[in-house]
Amino acid sequence: MANPLELRRRIRSVENTRQITRAMQLVAASRMRRAQDAADAARPYAQEVLGLMQQLVAATGDDLLPPMLRTRPVEHSAYVVMTTNRGLCGALNTNTVRQAMEDVEESRASAEVSVIVIGRRGRVALARLVPMIAAFTDISDRPTAADILPIARMVMDGYLAGDFDEVQIVYPEFVNTLTQRPTSLRLLPVVLPEDTDPRDADVIFEPDPATVLEALVPRFIETVLYETLLELTASEHSARMVAMRAATDNASELIDALGLTYNKLRQAKITSEIIDIASGANALAQRV
Amino acid sequence: MAGLTLTVVSPEREVLREDDVDMVVAPGIEGELGLMPRHAPLVTQLQAGTLRYRSGGDERYLTILGGFLQVMQDTVTVLADGSERSDEIDLERAERARAEALRELEEARTSGDDATVIRARLALLRALARIRTAQRAGRG
Repeated sequence: MANPLELRRRIRSVENTRQITRAMQLVAASRMRRAQDAADAARPYAQEVLGLMQQLVAATGDDLLPPMLRTRPVEHSAYVVMTTNRGLCGALNTNTVRQAMEDVEESRASAEVSVIVIGRRGRVALARLVPMIAAFTDISDRPTAADILPIARMVMDGYLAGDFDEVQIVYPEFVNTLTQRPTSLRLLPVVLPEDTDPRDADVIFEPDPATVLEALVPRFIETVLYETLLELTASEHSARMVAMRAATDNASELIDALGLTYNKLRQAKITSEIIDIASGANALAQRV
Repeated sequence: MAGLTLTVVSPEREVLREDDVDMVVAPGIEGELGLMPRHAPLVTQLQAGTLRYRSGGDERYLTILGGFLQVMQDTVTVLADGSERSDEIDLERAERARAEALRELEEARTSGDDATVIRARLALLRALARIRTAQRAGRG
């Protein structure tokens, strides 16, 4: 490190890195905002679907409930694990995968377990740990509601065919910019939250409650998947933004430290040159 | 007499929210469905088609790509699988989609590929719903 040229080169290289991490930080910030907007925009539909589900379940009666609303003994569990395609987003995927593995180990005590993975990172991390039914790695940065249709189809078909008896989702919940919490949620069989605001009971259903409910359940499943996918996207970009900000700060610190060393070195060199010249001049002066 | 409140939501966004609507006509699964203020509570499925509503003498149109409709105390809520206001419809794209769906349907019918027949027919219905909505709104 004593070589000034070498030091200058290092400073330049760290500056380049800082430029990249800063750009990534800005991009992640804008994508995070977009993902949050998408999540806000999706909320009205999700709320209406939930309200309608509750109303239909109340009107249908227990013995006519469609299979996706009925629980059965669990012999086989499926986990949908949501991870990102790209890295450089801190511990986000590590935490999600760890949560998933904890849940999987718990389920393994009483059932067979397999996973459906979303995201390349999760596919790599879970490859040897749990049997994998499928991996979806081509979901874009700007997910649309159509992106989750193949996943929803697979989950519902598998559940109806009896391939698995319950489906859990593990995803990073977006709490705020600094916090993403790995969260598990049961997708199938559907369990609805308590209806806090039961609506009018005297309702006409066309054709009839059970038929409408049966048609609505897939929309509900898709909605839950879409919402968690948007959570994943918001979490990914906020985690990346924070990670890149830390990297940018570290780069700045490193540049400062290297600059200091470089200046000291330069100073020392100048000092020693002055001493050389001065002592040379002194020697000459004394000779005369 | 107070009008209806009409809300149309699709999985990705709220498409429309309007107060003081005089009348809503929706593509119900068992035929067109006219709704006026003080309608009885109702929940029904919708098929792909045009939803039109009248508000202050104006008639406006939306595409509905199937979904559900709920009437509750003068509030009409439409949960559409997809929906666009008539001024948002990309007519050219819809025409292309119709041609494409027709071609696919023809091919799949001759080859006996049932899954593709169903998919192409759904795509055709969606394209037609868009085209008809745009036409009724007086575009093209």
